[in-house]
Amino acid sequence: MSKKTLLNAKDIEIILHRLACQLIENHNDFSNTVLIGLQPRGSFLAKRLLSLLKNEYQIKEIQLGSLDITFYRDDFRRREIPLEANKTEIDFLVEDKKVVFIDDVLFSGRSVRAALTAIQSYGRPKNVELLVLIDRRFSRDLPIQPNYRGRQVDAINEEKVLVTWKETHKKDAVYIEIT
Amino acid sequence: MKQLSVEHLLGIKYLKNTDIDLIFETADQFKEVINRPIKKVPSLRDITIANLFFENSTRTKLSFELAEKRLSADVINFSASQSSVKKGETLIDTVNNILAMKVDIVVMRHASVGAGVFLSKHVDAKIINAGDGTHEHPTQALLDSYSIREKLGRVKGKKILIVGDILHSRVALSNIFALQLQGAEVKVCGPTTLIPKYITSLGVTVETNLKKALEWCDVANVLRVQHERMDIKYFPSTREYTQLFGINQEILEGLNKKIVIMHPGPINRGVEITSDVADSNSSIILNQVENGVAVRMAVIYLLAQQIKRETL
Repeated sequence: MSKKTLLNAKDIEIILHRLACQLIENHNDFSNTVLIGLQPRGSFLAKRLLSLLKNEYQIKEIQLGSLDITFYRDDFRRREIPLEANKTEIDFLVEDKKVVFIDDVLFSGRSVRAALTAIQSYGRPKNVELLVLIDRRFSRDLPIQPNYRGRQVDAINEEKVLVTWKETHKKDAVYIEIT
Repeated sequence: MKQLSVEHLLGIKYLKNTDIDLIFETADQFKEVINRPIKKVPSLRDITIANLFFENSTRTKLSFELAEKRLSADVINFSASQSSVKKGETLIDTVNNILAMKVDIVVMRHASVGAGVFLSKHVDAKIINAGDGTHEHPTQALLDSYSIREKLGRVKGKKILIVGDILHSRVALSNIFALQLQGAEVKVCGPTTLIPKYITSLGVTVETNLKKALEWCDVANVLRVQHERMDIKYFPSTREYTQLFGINQEILEGLNKKIVIMHPGPINRGVEITSDVADSNSSIILNQVENGVAVRMAVIYLLAQQIKRETL
């Protein structure tokens, strides 16, 4: 098994700033926008973006939630390894709001499909956008594409894209693992 | 990754501590789900569940049915009073006929001890025991512990008192197993005639003085006197029972601490507990009912996870 660094901490910081600016371009003061991190891994990215928007770009009020999609997955009972549910924290309604889903890696698109169903439990959003740090090309099972992408990666199926965060792994980095 | 160590939920005595932790962690997520504007998830949309109630039940049946529906399972209900059981059909025949209609999970309440275990050996479906005679009622014990954990932070190290008709209570037995598994201390209190002779062999202590018992505990789980299961008279009169073992505001105010009051229902107001206590803010009786749905969703979800999907 070999591991190649795709993005280091500096690269990630630059990308996060760019993504934050792109979000501001489309959402102005975020008065009608909510950010939703997809559990478990998208929540780190969402929290990072939130603190950037608040501290570096002086946006005062942004609503942030995290959504767990375990119960909405289409592979329940099809997997060898059982799924473990995570916490959903959405203490607002998304009725008529612009929703931005945030996840670290976009692969098959099935998590996003599940999230689209799950979010309906909190109301009918005005629209839904998708922001990902890594967009893996050529691996989509469903017609789902990101609106904001950090980096596009051509990785084959045996390769695994791994995102680590300072909060959990002491280091911000993106790796490609070949098994 | 975590999954249950058992294939059916037949009783608490077959579970491990890690199973209870997993059920509670999963129930936490479902509790959030049932407080959403849309209280339903699509996880079990290809699972069919039969609720077989050979004995009367209101809240357990409703709670299971709601839990199943919130998971999007298809549900069929069956009550013995309207069935061919009256015409002499055996339990296995009844259940196999139902399973022939492609049912994946059976939730069963039965008056005979061990009915769930028996069924699990003879039919090909996941069995959830919703009460077998005076033996076990595992989901009730789980939701009781879950409610204690929610109210007091944890179950470990807590002192739990079970008051009332211990002899005829499946809730008491399942609770004793569940609480001890999680490291709580259990004491039972009631008329000596309603306390099983060898109960101390389970590691619980017995106290016949209600005041002393309440003084000892953090939580009092109050049980109903099950007149319908009594073939002889176990105490002189209901009035005397109430005087010696009924919980009222006066006795609680006489304690030098505040304790949590629980009751699995149905309540006989004015017998084992007075209305002011049942409706007071130290009572978590209605939280127990709400948690019942979340805990049952967790149990059903975790068992359903083990059912292999048929591929074409």
